[in-house]
Amino acid sequence: MAAVKLLGVWVSPYNCRVICALKLKGIAYEYIEEDLLNKSPLLLQYNPVHKKIPVLVHDGRPICESAVILRYVDETWPQNPLSPTDPYERAVALFWIKFADDTTSSIAMIYLTTGEEQEKAAKECLEMLETIEEHGLIEGKKFFGGDEINMVDIAFCSVAHWLGVIEEVTGLKPFEPHKLPKLKSWILNFKSVPVIKESLPDIETMLAFFKGRREMVLASKSS
Amino acid sequence: MEGGVVLLDFWASMFGMRVRIALAEKEIKYEYSEQDLRNKSDLLLQMNPVHKKIPVLIHNGKPICESLVQVQYIDEVWNDQAPLLPADPYKRATARFWADFVDKKMYDSGSRIWKTKGEEQEAAKKEFIENLKLLEGELGDNLYFGGEGFGYVDVALVPFYCWFYAYEQCGNFSIEAECPKLIAWAKRCMQKESVAKSLADPEKVYEFLLQLKKAYGIE
Repeated sequence: MAAVKLLGVWVSPYNCRVICALKLKGIAYEYIEEDLLNKSPLLLQYNPVHKKIPVLVHDGRPICESAVILRYVDETWPQNPLSPTDPYERAVALFWIKFADDTTSSIAMIYLTTGEEQEKAAKECLEMLETIEEHGLIEGKKFFGGDEINMVDIAFCSVAHWLGVIEEVTGLKPFEPHKLPKLKSWILNFKSVPVIKESLPDIETMLAFFKGRREMVLASKSS
Repeated sequence: MEGGVVLLDFWASMFGMRVRIALAEKEIKYEYSEQDLRNKSDLLLQMNPVHKKIPVLIHNGKPICESLVQVQYIDEVWNDQAPLLPADPYKRATARFWADFVDKKMYDSGSRIWKTKGEEQEAAKKEFIENLKLLEGELGDNLYFGGEGFGYVDVALVPFYCWFYAYEQCGNFSIEAECPKLIAWAKRCMQKESVAKSLADPEKVYEFLLQLKKAYGIE
């Protein structure tokens, strides 16, 4: 029986965060793909409160919520540390991880809504990207924390990889790379890390998935 | 202000109260700065440019934002007494999960009790009680969450206790009738000086809420 299991859904950025962390630390794990329309007894047993993925199971004990999982992984497996050692830098990192949660939700809202609601979602998303550019990223630093990738970068995987797909599927493009140069550089740096490239889901498969989802959203709104 | 600690806060904020409790538990001397949220100070806007919200903890001139981040920071820096997070990584993960649950569920469902009426309000009350019952389940027979003494989840949740009276008045229901164990836990926490000194007076909170309702145009 594998000591580490991950219950997830391939297309979820929250799931991807955990995969990035496990792979960066070289931790072997068993991956279990969940069907969210038909949740397994295992998922319901391991996450009775939220019934959501990702769930990390370590030696039979579940850990839920991706941000909580990231910290647990970092504290349990100290190789390739994913958070700053200085308490103040760590507090700054935790602030941005929370902001990444909000940003990830706002990206999802763009494909889940239509009309005025969708315009509002795109506007909110852009404001968050501008905030990241102005306050989160530092000129000359490859990643959020400096020259090494850490859990803040991982937490923002939705911006690096999902935003582009959602933009293509909906035709709305809140992100204009020439206006947010630090963010543009960060995305390139993030996606250049070999372990990250391996961990991100295939773009073509994602496009097909989100196109299908978008059609369902449009169908439900027009009825 | 070398080594100095300043807390930008608002008296009725349950998020600010979390930080006050943590600072009191660690016996940290700090300057409390009451903020006018309708007329935000330059200091607040400078220290929290992203959200422009309280509480903001300023240590050695550097700001830390988000109440649970602040509590964790306090616990790490002043680690010589009153540990709030357990040492074991799995227990820490459990504590963080439940504090995150409080953040995601309590404020939202509580706010909907006073912001809505009729069916919407009934749904909000139901959800609020369900969330409290889940927390009661997690508490179990322990004196405090986590079973190791007053800690992180207690700090995250107990400030909501001083808002219960206001919610009950607005929603015309009794939280104690539904969740006696949780109220017993809250009263136990209130025996601690750090909690009693940090929580606002429930009657004053209710008066404040009535003013808020007027401002929002809610009957």
